[in-house]
Amino acid sequence: MSDKSEQQRLSVFKTYKLYVGGKFPRSESGRVYEVTDSKDNWLANAPLSSRKDARDAVVAARKAFGAWSGATAYNRGQVLYRVAEMLEGRRSQFVHEVADAEGLSKSKAAAQVEATIDRWVWYAGWTDKIAQVVGGGNPVAGPYFNLSSPEPTGVVAVLAPQESSFLGLVSVLAPVIATGNTAVVVASEKSPLPALSLGEVLATSDVPGGVVNVLSGRTSEIATPLAAHQDVNAIDLAGADDVLAKELEIAAADNLKRVLRPQPVDDWSTTPGIDRMTAFLETKTVWHPTGSLGASGSAY
Amino acid sequence: MASAFEYAPAPESRAIVDIAPSYGLFIDGEFTEAADGKVFKTVSPASEEVLSEVAQAGEADVDRAVQAARRAFEKWSALPGTERAKYLFRIARIIQERSRELAVLETLDNGKPIKETRDADLPLVAAHFFYYAGWADKLDHAGYGANPRPLGVAGQVIPWNFPLLMLAWKIAPALATGNTVVLKPAETTPLSALFFADVCRQAGLPKGVVNILPGYGDTGAALVAHPDVNKVAFTGSTAVGKQIAKTVAGTRKKLTLELGGKGANIVFDDAPIDQAVEGIVNGIFFNQGQVCCAGSRLLVQESIQDELLDSLKRRLSTLRLGDPLDKNTDIGAINSEEQLTRITSLVERGESEGAERWSPACELPTSGYWFAPTLFTNVTQAHTIARDEIFGPVLSVLTFRTPDEAVAKANNTQYGLSAGIWTEKGSRILAVANKLRAGVVWSNTFNKFDPTSPFGGYKESGFGREGGRHGLEAYLDV
Repeated sequence: MSDKSEQQRLSVFKTYKLYVGGKFPRSESGRVYEVTDSKDNWLANAPLSSRKDARDAVVAARKAFGAWSGATAYNRGQVLYRVAEMLEGRRSQFVHEVADAEGLSKSKAAAQVEATIDRWVWYAGWTDKIAQVVGGGNPVAGPYFNLSSPEPTGVVAVLAPQESSFLGLVSVLAPVIATGNTAVVVASEKSPLPALSLGEVLATSDVPGGVVNVLSGRTSEIATPLAAHQDVNAIDLAGADDVLAKELEIAAADNLKRVLRPQPVDDWSTTPGIDRMTAFLETKTVWHPTGSLGASGSAY
Repeated sequence: MASAFEYAPAPESRAIVDIAPSYGLFIDGEFTEAADGKVFKTVSPASEEVLSEVAQAGEADVDRAVQAARRAFEKWSALPGTERAKYLFRIARIIQERSRELAVLETLDNGKPIKETRDADLPLVAAHFFYYAGWADKLDHAGYGANPRPLGVAGQVIPWNFPLLMLAWKIAPALATGNTVVLKPAETTPLSALFFADVCRQAGLPKGVVNILPGYGDTGAALVAHPDVNKVAFTGSTAVGKQIAKTVAGTRKKLTLELGGKGANIVFDDAPIDQAVEGIVNGIFFNQGQVCCAGSRLLVQESIQDELLDSLKRRLSTLRLGDPLDKNTDIGAINSEEQLTRITSLVERGESEGAERWSPACELPTSGYWFAPTLFTNVTQAHTIARDEIFGPVLSVLTFRTPDEAVAKANNTQYGLSAGIWTEKGSRILAVANKLRAGVVWSNTFNKFDPTSPFGGYKESGFGREGGRHGLEAYLDV
């Protein structure tokens, strides 16, 4: 804020809001918390989400699941690529936010944002390929046509990494929705602003409302009801510390959520494998007889 | 209904099986007593005859077995895949050679008809070892990157409904990928696993690679909780599966669970009725309905309900219940008194909640644990018998009018293991199969298994897949 021209006019602050069901609500609790940069300077007040916000987000994600998982893979790829286009247009905004959030120089923040956009593009290209890579025909010993294909698990709660506010966030979010799941994302507790701004990008791209829902606040406070929620099918614990991760994993066992335990990641910029996609896929195997037909014209 | 045809008894001889009066635990290549000397009896469910007395593993035994497996792991995992493959091929061959002996043994200990052990269980057991044997030296090509590593010691807990088949599902991929195993068979069916120890001996399998610990739930719990176990695989009830998931929370143990189900078998109005009836029977009365992926909810299109139920009842009247060793027996004994009690109480619940119970005229033997094939009509989705897994020969019949309603009702369950679709329309099969939230969908067939085919559930039916290339992942560090 040392720019002289900025000192001549009073800048307009932004009210950061949640992104739930395609809309931008404040926390129903009416609470906010102070978000500061790495030098403890005030940046904004972010919504301090409540349990109720978490439950509302799950409802929105469930509502969106049918259409999103039922969309063609080609269509999902188009929609995700559109997000990358929107991100590119807002590049400077994110460079600014990431620099503030993570205390990075402009050039390092720019590298992070570029890697993030490229990461999004990478996943956009996966939507119509993952089924061929992890599915296939099975040569059963009998007169059957038998095919295994991956399907999304459902509503996935994603605890975004705490340190990497944007690249880390996208690296855990994009694989979840690329494969047809819908997501409730808990942003980095300390650095939620890039995540909340990503909500604005998603809203102005073609991602249907509810496919991604972004909450900010205390990770442990929001994650606890999500891990225990009976209508959440899976949880990525990337943003939880060991103590919280264990607690959440125990809660998640209650409806046998698929759990992705925290994996130590030194550098989010390295090319990810497909593990984060397959972690939230189910394999469905469909059998059909191919044998000779009986008198009725049917085989069994 | 009095049968038009009487069958002469056609019993399989049990002389081929030599069951010893007592068995030990199988640890580090040796049979040994339990540290605390505990034993339990295993009985034939068809006659309540005591078959043998089996050592009951306690915590100290679990520790001893895990240590043996840990010691064996170093060499076993370092063996070239081609060598591990040959051991597994040997096991597969020995199982084929001894399949009649093992089929009779399984029928005696489990109560299931010899027709099924002989024609379904044993061929599949051998096939699983053959299939995974071939993977042992091809893991680089399995799609998990170059040189995927085994996890270490696998703690495996299996159920009583398919004792030897579940053993094969667990042990074959574990060994192929270079893990060593400690396996706990169910307390009511420990014998075939102990005979498998002898198969391992004949195959010359190195000591400690496979360890068998008969015992009850507490033995399994000790195994799952053992700090030196790297991978836990469980097949059994959803309630126990949840407990296990809590036990391994916060550890690095890899977990796969194959749990309960409440499979919907959907029959559309254009389905071939005769074939559908056979599929419905196979879906729920195979293995006395003690199958996690059983088609226990029949969803029939309203317009053909009467016709289908008439055919189904007529078919049920021809099923032969009785001596499991008789080659003409369709329905054998329920595995245990405890299971019979559970089935009985759920069926009573079904009646008290207002569903209509029907069974064919059926004479039950006087000793052993038996339950007549049963179907319920006037079942609603709220009924306990439409929601809870009964794990017995009990079919709940519901109706629907449109495909959407069928899908909604089929998916209205906490489970997601299996489903069936019966229709002549190919497009309808594919459309409905797409919408069903289940890990296995059988269209115009039911209860088919194959080692090349991934099997496993959605939702509370558990996670992970067994069988096929997918089944390797559970035992690899990927």
